[in-house]
Amino acid sequence: MSTTTSIDDNSEPKIEWLDSVIDFVMTAAKNLAIPLSGIAVFLFLWTIAAQNINTSLGEFPSPSVVLEQFESLYDEHNAEREKEVAFYERQEVRNAKRVAEDPGYAPRIRAYTGKETFLDQIGTSLITVMSGFILAAALAIPLGIAIGLSKTLNQAINPVIQIFKPVSPLAWLPLVTMVVSAVYVSPDPLVAKSFLNSMITVTLCCIWPMVINTSVGVSSIDKDLVNVSQVLRLPALKHVQKIVLPASIPAIFTGMRLSLGVAWMVLIAAEMLAQSPGLGKFVWDEFQNGSSDSLGRIMAAVVVIGFIGFMLDRVMLEIQRVVSWDKSSVLR
Amino acid sequence: MSTLLDISQIDMVFPTPKGPFTALKGVDLKIAEGEFVSLIGHSGCGKSTVLNVVAGLHQATTGGVILNGKEVKEPGPERAVVFQNHSLLPWLTAYENVELAVDQVFGRGKSKAEKKEWIEHNLTLVHMDHAMHKRPDEISGGMKQRVGIARALAMQPDVLLMDEPFGALDALTRAHMQDSLMEIQNELNNTVIMITHDVDEAVLLSDRIVMMTNGPAATIGEILDVNLERPRDRLALAEDPEYIHLRSSVLRFLYEKQRKVEVMPTGKSSKAKPQKKSAAA
Repeated sequence: MSTTTSIDDNSEPKIEWLDSVIDFVMTAAKNLAIPLSGIAVFLFLWTIAAQNINTSLGEFPSPSVVLEQFESLYDEHNAEREKEVAFYERQEVRNAKRVAEDPGYAPRIRAYTGKETFLDQIGTSLITVMSGFILAAALAIPLGIAIGLSKTLNQAINPVIQIFKPVSPLAWLPLVTMVVSAVYVSPDPLVAKSFLNSMITVTLCCIWPMVINTSVGVSSIDKDLVNVSQVLRLPALKHVQKIVLPASIPAIFTGMRLSLGVAWMVLIAAEMLAQSPGLGKFVWDEFQNGSSDSLGRIMAAVVVIGFIGFMLDRVMLEIQRVVSWDKSSVLR
Repeated sequence: MSTLLDISQIDMVFPTPKGPFTALKGVDLKIAEGEFVSLIGHSGCGKSTVLNVVAGLHQATTGGVILNGKEVKEPGPERAVVFQNHSLLPWLTAYENVELAVDQVFGRGKSKAEKKEWIEHNLTLVHMDHAMHKRPDEISGGMKQRVGIARALAMQPDVLLMDEPFGALDALTRAHMQDSLMEIQNELNNTVIMITHDVDEAVLLSDRIVMMTNGPAATIGEILDVNLERPRDRLALAEDPEYIHLRSSVLRFLYEKQRKVEVMPTGKSSKAKPQKKSAAA
């Protein structure tokens, strides 16, 4: 008995160890191979299709052209940065000279007003979408909780929500623009009007999914938990804090993820229409520019827009994973 | 013994789309301090409705409940409820679930250290001290129910209301829980109203068994005094003639006098129903 086991002991662990490694490699390969081959097929079809579409600006950009454009966009960005550094250096040198000649002179630094690069536009768009989204969340979640708790309030507000929910951002934009330029009058504005326009448009469009999901989550809390709260005579604020908020976290996050997706789409459209800085403006400018590179650059922007939208959703998912107690609801 | 809780001539009428439905009619019961009373009856007879009225979660249409000389108008911690499906907050650990109740009931009346000791004391009482810091989804059904009982006990209620507390548990776990409850009762001698559909459970635990007639317009059919010596032991009692007699009286009431006639569900109280169904399953 003991001899057989000792033989087994010597031989089995080795095989098991090897097996587990092979298993791991196989599953990893499988998990990677399928998505990768999907992408490969897509790129192939794209290349074929691109060769057969001719526009007045030349052939439709193939993946390789887009890749080239990414490189040139990055180079342009670096060149622009170098110019900026050089601009400030020149100013400093000039100012130092003047101060040396005339000690009473107060040196002035003029801001660099060069063209915004592709990377700058990405940054602007990201900041705008996050500001608009956070403002929307700050309004929508308390409103959603209030509506979810009170049937009366729900009946009162629901028609308004249902009517404004399907409104396209493009319809809001002229109104927002006019209101902002009428109301936001300041000689030394903290933020640009164009930023406010885009941000408020984003807020107006992405507030609704959050309001609706939050209110549904709040109103569908387990009756037993509400009974517990009643037996304990929790005051209203504590009831919200201890019972309502944690119980509806999954629903709130569903709403937030939907909203963030809407926000990102709305922003690009709003930037295109309003010519306010951002990726949308980049796309529009390239379209108006009409050079032989334009389509490739627009396609590069499209890829970036898609990728950022995907990343925003992933980030939201990770936040939910950290915040939520219900680990089972956060799978996709 | 003086009356602690007076359930006085309760009628309960629910409005339904098909007109008013009378769930309870003239339910009248006086309960003394330290008494353990079981409510037993067929599914849908309105046992839970009685309990909810005492808890203050439902308002009786006519009649009322008086506890300690005061009318019951709303839910409150002096009438702590142990719900059938534990109703623990899933995002809090066992300890935190009890803590929420203790913080709310004692507020500034107890220091932080006193509260901690009181929470741990109650969790130890239900034998949950080893898993205090686990969350409900990490413990078994029986353990969840233990925490639910600890939470209710920690409120130091005047009356402990239990709504089929062991209904969702398997038979062995249920027996364990009944023994634990008897042990706790020996120590604390709480006033308890427990709803059950289990005849053995009712006889084993109660001082009095209140048997309810079938609805609609359910009311108290008979009341049975259980004068078995405490502490009770389920094995010894199994052959005790008194126990067997009590058990068969309850059975006779339920299956001869109040035989459940399966009728089509017309205009039944939809509020009380879902709970009953899961209890039967």
